[in-house]
Amino acid sequence: MKKSIFLGTLTVAGLLAGAAAATTLEDIKARGTLNCGVNTGLVGFAAPDANNNWQGFDIDLCKAVAAAVLGDADAVNYVPLTGKTRFTALAAGEIDMLSRNTTWTFSRDNDLKFEFVGINYYDGQGFLVPKDLGVTSAKDLDQATVCIQTGTTTELNLADFFRSNGISYEPVPIETNAEAIQQYLAGACDTYTTDASGLAATRATFEDPSAHVVLPEIVSKEPLGPLVRHGDNEWGDIVRWTLNALISAEELGITSANVAELAGGTDNPEINRMLGNEGGLGEMIGLSPDWAKNAIAAVGNYGEIFERHIGENTPIGLARGLNAQWTDGGLMYSPPFR
Amino acid sequence: MSDTHASSVAFVRETAIEPAPPPATETGLIKWVRENLFSSTMNSILTVLSILAVYYLLTLLLPWIMNGVWDASSIRECREKLDGATGGCFAVLAERWHQLVFGRYPQDSYWRPMLAFVLMFAAFAPVLFSNLPRKLLIGTALFPFVAYWLVWGGSVLVPVAVLLGFVAGYLVYSRLVDQSFAMGFVGGVVAAILFWWASGFVVTEDASFMSLPAVESRDIGGFMLNLILGVVCLSVSLPLGIALALGRQSSMPIIKFFSVIFIEFIRGVPLITLLFVANVVLAYFLPPGSNFDLILRVMIMITLFASAYIAEVIRGGLAALPRGQYEAGDSLGLDYSQSMRLIILPQALKISIPGIVNVAVGLFKDTTLVSVISMFDLVGMVRGPILASTDWNGVYWELFGFAALLFFVFCYGISQYSQWLERQLQTDHR
Amino acid sequence: MTTLTDPPQESFRLSMLLNDTRYRSYTFQFIALILIIAFFSWLINNAINNPTLQSNGVGFGFLWTSAGYDINQQPIPFNSQDTHLRASVVGVMNTLIVAFLGCITATILGVIAGVLRLSNNWIVARLMSIYVEAFRNVPVLIWILIIFSIMTVSLPGPRAFRGDDPQSSMLFDAIAFTNRGVYVPKPLYEAGSLAVFITFILSIAAIFFYRRYATKLLYDTGRLLPVFWPSIAMFFVPTLLVFFVLGRPIGLEYPELRGFNFQGGIQVRGSLIALWLALAIYTGAFIAENVRAGIQAISKGQTEAAASLGLRPNRIMNLVILPQALRVIIPPLISQYLNLTKNSSLAIAVGYMDVTGTLGGITLNQTGRALECILLLMLFYLTISLAISGVMNVYNNSVKLKER
Repeated sequence: MKKSIFLGTLTVAGLLAGAAAATTLEDIKARGTLNCGVNTGLVGFAAPDANNNWQGFDIDLCKAVAAAVLGDADAVNYVPLTGKTRFTALAAGEIDMLSRNTTWTFSRDNDLKFEFVGINYYDGQGFLVPKDLGVTSAKDLDQATVCIQTGTTTELNLADFFRSNGISYEPVPIETNAEAIQQYLAGACDTYTTDASGLAATRATFEDPSAHVVLPEIVSKEPLGPLVRHGDNEWGDIVRWTLNALISAEELGITSANVAELAGGTDNPEINRMLGNEGGLGEMIGLSPDWAKNAIAAVGNYGEIFERHIGENTPIGLARGLNAQWTDGGLMYSPPFR
Repeated sequence: MSDTHASSVAFVRETAIEPAPPPATETGLIKWVRENLFSSTMNSILTVLSILAVYYLLTLLLPWIMNGVWDASSIRECREKLDGATGGCFAVLAERWHQLVFGRYPQDSYWRPMLAFVLMFAAFAPVLFSNLPRKLLIGTALFPFVAYWLVWGGSVLVPVAVLLGFVAGYLVYSRLVDQSFAMGFVGGVVAAILFWWASGFVVTEDASFMSLPAVESRDIGGFMLNLILGVVCLSVSLPLGIALALGRQSSMPIIKFFSVIFIEFIRGVPLITLLFVANVVLAYFLPPGSNFDLILRVMIMITLFASAYIAEVIRGGLAALPRGQYEAGDSLGLDYSQSMRLIILPQALKISIPGIVNVAVGLFKDTTLVSVISMFDLVGMVRGPILASTDWNGVYWELFGFAALLFFVFCYGISQYSQWLERQLQTDHR
Repeated sequence: MTTLTDPPQESFRLSMLLNDTRYRSYTFQFIALILIIAFFSWLINNAINNPTLQSNGVGFGFLWTSAGYDINQQPIPFNSQDTHLRASVVGVMNTLIVAFLGCITATILGVIAGVLRLSNNWIVARLMSIYVEAFRNVPVLIWILIIFSIMTVSLPGPRAFRGDDPQSSMLFDAIAFTNRGVYVPKPLYEAGSLAVFITFILSIAAIFFYRRYATKLLYDTGRLLPVFWPSIAMFFVPTLLVFFVLGRPIGLEYPELRGFNFQGGIQVRGSLIALWLALAIYTGAFIAENVRAGIQAISKGQTEAAASLGLRPNRIMNLVILPQALRVIIPPLISQYLNLTKNSSLAIAVGYMDVTGTLGGITLNQTGRALECILLLMLFYLTISLAISGVMNVYNNSVKLKER
């Protein structure tokens, strides 16, 4: 529909509008690409590099879904969205799924009518302060000036946190992460608050990251995950189980390196079911039998994605923490493939 | 010069004395300086202050520009190279120029928008300079289709089908216009729509006939996006604006009412709210599933915005025409459309040119607002991917300076052209 | 539809709807009306059938729910428990504040630059041309971002004021320029300050009446009273006298660095200053052009006539040129005010909480009520625009040259 803008609007929208009641999956297959909403630029999670290739943790989930549905991890249109435009873009059908570190909340699920299909990162809101400010706890931040990115849950958490502790603050709302960094580094605000992962990613871009610390308090629960529209459960299941496949793959020891070999057949029935040798799971979900294999081959398992973009060996340097597998004491726990 | 003559008179001057040079204070540079810079106490104070201000600005700017680093891969490397000295880090422009100019357009296809840009000048030349041969206007009419094909790619059949639709419409129009303008106009529109509908069956989506690799509109960005938005929206809004202006002047109350409501509504709200509408609200008012490109939605909104302003400018031109011109048209027995096309509009548009150019410059500048709705135009590119990257976090002046300079060159060029055009079109005798 | 002039035998035929100029306009209007109604009902029909709107409903009930976020600049008290409606009102007031400040500053800048651009001082005229061209030809959004960057990057943070040997110090120990804004002393009103105010207002009234008396005396008798110095004296002397007699009832609270920020005094936030300055300088360039055009529209003969009466150049400008030029300048000036107000919606780029930032920003975002929020936003701007144009029309009619 995008190829011919003029004909697309004149004929398709005008005359054939009634015929556009296909499911999301059919739409994507007809279109040949997945429209995936992502952050406008947060290093490690989603950011275009100098060659305009999108890279990051959230990007790889888009790639995995595209690989599972279309067999091609590059068949993705990345739609950069701000905190403000993301929900309307999803509600309006401009994107098929939103993979943009979005917090799963009650009202977003029920009032805004979205379906969160899982959690790919357990996060919490933290505070970044310069070391020489001499602050060791967020409760010392009475009357501080706080930079926040507008249009996120952080705004509400911040108000709640300061109100419940009976201290005051001065909010400085900022539109983009880049401008928040500018303000923070210039000293126009004492502290910058957003998800702790985002703070780590931001701190990594500083000239001297060691001069800044993330305060120990995590003031909120921020389960981040991909989401789709209410109303198309088949599509929701596809995204949910692609994410689960990536998580299970780590648990079962399937990596992008050995997935081709394991797909030939193993002694572990769950691996066989997942990679399409037994059980016919792909058919149940409306995809080809090798859907999970394609997804894992394209981006690797959850652990690989984590290490590649935000793990301890990257400039962002996040520890697995809560995001480790449940077998390692974390919260990553995929329902079984059965 | 004989001796006798000389001896009889003590001294006779035979030639006129050379005129003495004017006093030093009344000539050359000194006079100019005295009259233009130090003619009074107040003026002298102002002059000294101005010179100080200029000197201060130059001492700030010159070392920054002269010491600029053009070759570095990150701001840290820039700082190392500068080693504490004042200097700009222009390396960001060298490294990211393609993002600033083309956005995320595929790098191996840069020749396409470049070619379209060059063709644009060729296409506008016969419109802008009236002394060129009129035949070139055919090229101007073809340009939008060529440019669309070049920039967006895809099969050549799509723009050709649209073009042929217009041609079909025009043919029907020219058949019927002898009977009545309205009939010709409606007939032309119907013919064009029928043709497009029919061609929709021929031009299938995957037609690969003479196909350029298709480019997604969201990959179009940088200054190119500003230019595309500016040019497209202005061209479409001109006819719309004329129609609205005529509607507002019309004697038919319903037409007039709706024109006034539309113009006043659009002029009463900021462009940014209209962009929000394009971004978040418009989808509610379209059939479910018919979501077309954001860039197209934005184009529609900016076009509506510009047409309301142009309508007001042209209304001014219409109002400035003496009544006699309207009466002359009536007394010649011309009907409404004839007298408008042949007598009123040519004069009214001529009067409106400075105003239209003002709207054009304003519109072109306003295209930067699309960065607020997360489109990556020039400003959006600077605020988003470039400033957010690890390498260039903190390079403000170079990037904003570059953006300001690009816009200045274009807008100043347009306004200079309009002043030239005003002089050219001046037919009254002073 | 026939009138008395119609010959009765020429009865109405259907083709006359298209061919007869008497009826054709009705046909056109009818078709246009049908088309417009069809278009709008199509839009509304789509909206009614839209799944998102169907499930969420359309309503303004969300305005009375708790907002949950904080706003930094509050002309009226606001906390996160107040309603979205109150947040919108705070936003509206912030919009009006920046628009008001911007209009005043832009007018001052514009008039100075417009007059100086016509000055016979070469360098000043050139500088003003550069100012006007540079600001008219670069988008206002870029200027807002540049000035905001200057504010945050070039001014010192509050930390620079700390320590025994601080890097920065306060101007006169009273005003602090920081990248969070400018802190100025705040007046403290104690008992008796009312008397000072009343004296001040009375002395202003006295100046007004004295000047009117002086003018009247001049016209009636030709006697010229000194005006300037007595006015100055009346402006300052009585107020100061009362102020000191009552034992200085109005004090000043100086800003002071405590904790993270300056406390006390009035904080003019960096975002407000950046937006205000950028809008004022940008619009000032346009106003300068209007002023120049207005002055040049006055024929040279007026200047020469005034000069031949022996008036000095600044009196020529004040008494002869400007009053006439104002008639030409005011209409475009008011439309510049309108533009400035509309451009203030770009506040979102610098985090200034105007109505686009509260109602059209955070509220829209947290409630997801895009349609309702944007509708209200447009209504607000439309009201302002129509109000200002209404004032402009009244003024235009009052200064119009009364031709007879």
